[in-house]
Amino acid sequence: MKLNVKIMPKNGVLDPQGKAVENSLSQLGFKNFSEIRQGKIIEIDIDADKDRAINIVDEMCKKLLVNLIIEDYEIIFDREK
Amino acid sequence: MKASIIVFPGSNCDRDIAVSIKKLTDLEPIMVWHKEISIPDSDLIVIPGGFTFGDYLRCGSIAANSPIMNDVIKKATDGLPTLGICNGFQILTESGLLPGTLIKNDCLSFLCKTVSIRVENNETNFSKKYKQNEIINIPIAHNEGNFFANEDTLKKIKDSNQIVFKYCNQNGEVNNETNPNGSIENIAGITNEQGNVLGMMPHPERATCKITKLSDGENLFKSISEFLL
Repeated sequence: MKLNVKIMPKNGVLDPQGKAVENSLSQLGFKNFSEIRQGKIIEIDIDADKDRAINIVDEMCKKLLVNLIIEDYEIIFDREK
Repeated sequence: MKASIIVFPGSNCDRDIAVSIKKLTDLEPIMVWHKEISIPDSDLIVIPGGFTFGDYLRCGSIAANSPIMNDVIKKATDGLPTLGICNGFQILTESGLLPGTLIKNDCLSFLCKTVSIRVENNETNFSKKYKQNEIINIPIAHNEGNFFANEDTLKKIKDSNQIVFKYCNQNGEVNNETNPNGSIENIAGITNEQGNVLGMMPHPERATCKITKLSDGENLFKSISEFLL
């Protein structure tokens, strides 16, 4: 079972990396875009059925993968192995 | 009396802390590797700076889950004086011993310089030897020193008088211009609610020796020593 965890900075939390990317794209001449935010995706291959896998990954998020003070996360089902 | 200095892969200034402790306190420093599961009988725990585990995932997040941390959390929660410097501060927030977290500097660059900080609370066991509102010069060296906490947490921190140091200028002015990294309210160091755990981004151990021409970190170690006697 392949699951992805999408981790993004919470709304309202400063995202200097997103801001830097935004500035650089502007300098390259791109227009009509805004609100660039940078997060990360973590891929996890887990040996469990879907519901159980999601529960385990949720626990991983809360214990290590995500800092809930500044980040939101979403567990995305990728594919059966 | 002993001080346990926790050493992780990527710790730095751990030896500077040992030298400072030897010179300025009656404590004997012991280096404790992060894979140990218990801390030897100690009167103080210090978590040094550095870039533990390459700052992977989030600064301090991997170290906060090292085997030794269970005992650090237990002893700190029971009231043992615990000091986290720079990456040590990040490890303490990641482990839940201190509120808030530290995010990337708003200037987007690594900062390595001596800054002025103002002593906001000289009633802690770490700051007794300073005067209230004293302006001291201590080096910073970090990429993620931007202290962040949500409104409720910040209110609690302020209501319990947990802010110990704020970034300022030579005249003690605390404002946006004197904030090197974007920290909320220029916060450079806080304690937990009980006051026995201090996290700070500046490096006091880099300001205790003539070679560095800085000595303002000495009183932090002397404060701890005086409290423990």
